[in-house]
Amino acid sequence: MSMNREILLRVENLTQMYGDRIGCKDVNFDLWPGEVLGIVGESGSGKSTLLNCISAQLQPTSGSVSYNTRADGLKDIYHMIEPERRLLMRTDWAFVHQNPRDGLRMNVSAGANVGERLMAVGDRHYGNIRNTAEDWLSRVEIQDNRLDDLPSTFSGGMQQRLQIARNLVTGPRLVFMDEPTGGLDVSVQAKLLDLLRSLVRNLGLSVIIVTHDLAVARLLSHRLMVMQRGHVVESGLTDQVLDDPQHPYTQLLVSSILQT
Amino acid sequence: MTEQQTADSYNFAYLDEQTKRMIRRALLKAVAIPGYQVPFAGREMPMPYGWGTGGVQVTAAVIGPEDTLKVIDQGSDDTTNAVSIRNFFAKTAGVPTTDKTAEATLIQTRHRIPEKDLREDQILVYQVPIPEPLRFLEPRETETRKMHALEEYGLMHVKLYEDIARHGHIATTYAYPVLVNDRYVMDPSPIPKFDNPKMNDMAALQLFGAGREKRIYALPPYTKVKSLDFEDHPFVIQKWDDICGMCGADNTFLDEVILDDVGSRMFVCSDSDHCNERQAAGHRGPQNGDASYTPEAAE
Repeated sequence: MSMNREILLRVENLTQMYGDRIGCKDVNFDLWPGEVLGIVGESGSGKSTLLNCISAQLQPTSGSVSYNTRADGLKDIYHMIEPERRLLMRTDWAFVHQNPRDGLRMNVSAGANVGERLMAVGDRHYGNIRNTAEDWLSRVEIQDNRLDDLPSTFSGGMQQRLQIARNLVTGPRLVFMDEPTGGLDVSVQAKLLDLLRSLVRNLGLSVIIVTHDLAVARLLSHRLMVMQRGHVVESGLTDQVLDDPQHPYTQLLVSSILQT
Repeated sequence: MTEQQTADSYNFAYLDEQTKRMIRRALLKAVAIPGYQVPFAGREMPMPYGWGTGGVQVTAAVIGPEDTLKVIDQGSDDTTNAVSIRNFFAKTAGVPTTDKTAEATLIQTRHRIPEKDLREDQILVYQVPIPEPLRFLEPRETETRKMHALEEYGLMHVKLYEDIARHGHIATTYAYPVLVNDRYVMDPSPIPKFDNPKMNDMAALQLFGAGREKRIYALPPYTKVKSLDFEDHPFVIQKWDDICGMCGADNTFLDEVILDDVGSRMFVCSDSDHCNERQAAGHRGPQNGDASYTPEAAE
């Protein structure tokens, strides 16, 4: 039982059906503090459905998602009352969307975007909020003279970094990422991955990252789950899965990468 | 007032009795939950949205034959909107109307709260264009309702933050958001923030009607109303360097009036009744015969 207390997130028999069609079926895993879990698979394989179910955005058809809350230990997130769940989502959790426009408020400045979560948890001192926002912009390598600019004046890579800053400002323990490097060109992708990797390591974050890019998965994640048609077909340590794939689909996936 | 005779073909105060009951039920709920927006089945009124259809419906639901009605538009009793709504009720309800804040039992207003303190036996009805204070940043009604229900008001401060970031101070000057009874965040309708402190602990009942959005909310007498702010940027009301040119008041909301095309201007009380009363009591401003002021001396 002592190990139970350390588990950050436990997913048991998670199933999401869309009528007769399977979104994802019988998914089980534990996530440990500081661990980065990659979920890979082709598009339509149920990655995003799974992520939405785990991140309290889509109630699963059956199964449970339990999170190790600071106050009460492991708790099923769908049995929490709504205020508790929403508080969790904006303090202990973070969600980085593929398209930064989904995760940012485009009509307020970068500073207000970063400050929003602080104000949501009751921070009412303008100077402090601004200083924290400034600090976070520099941590994601955005110049501090862009603090009062609208996100729409930022490049795609900067928007994505701003979204990350906005999410990490409340010191979350668990971060969900849905294709964080999608839509970015290769050099910007590389920089962003570098940044993510150092942030994850320095802050001791636990991350669940959904991607179809095996290179991203290999760089960031410790452990990998491969999905096909809603089922987890293979899981294990990243290097093990990628270097010695067992399931035919994983073998296909790995061999389809261009070798350099 | 030439139209004191009632139009017999209308029900008292225009609306039918069932509609008035429906609105009164919404009003009771609104008074029971200060600051909460109660949906109501808003009716078509013989005026366009934006001209006070919400306020008129609330007034029609609470007005009685013994009431005396005052209507204010931008602080003044003699602007188009005020005159036509006053005539509307004079015609359909046959109630006496007045310009005097002290004589009125029911005051419908747009943009201002009278400068004179209101009493317990008075009701103030506001015309509201957009009742949802969170609308600026959150366009989804389902989401704003949830935010009210769960008291998630951080977003309101994002707007104030943005003000300070852009202008160096909280530049919202009207429809300044308030926290009611330590619970609901409320849009006080487009009154200047100058009037916000008057809402706090007011003796009169305050009712808000939004016709297009079909929402009613209320502040019972003596309700706590706090304007939102930051610890290091506290709420302040507008100040003027000048005083009222007509009555010399230095503590009222002033309108700027351009006098010619060479830059002459004067400031005058926006509350015309208050200004007239002061002048009748012998107060004089610089442009109204106060000897200490001449335009030449001012230059």
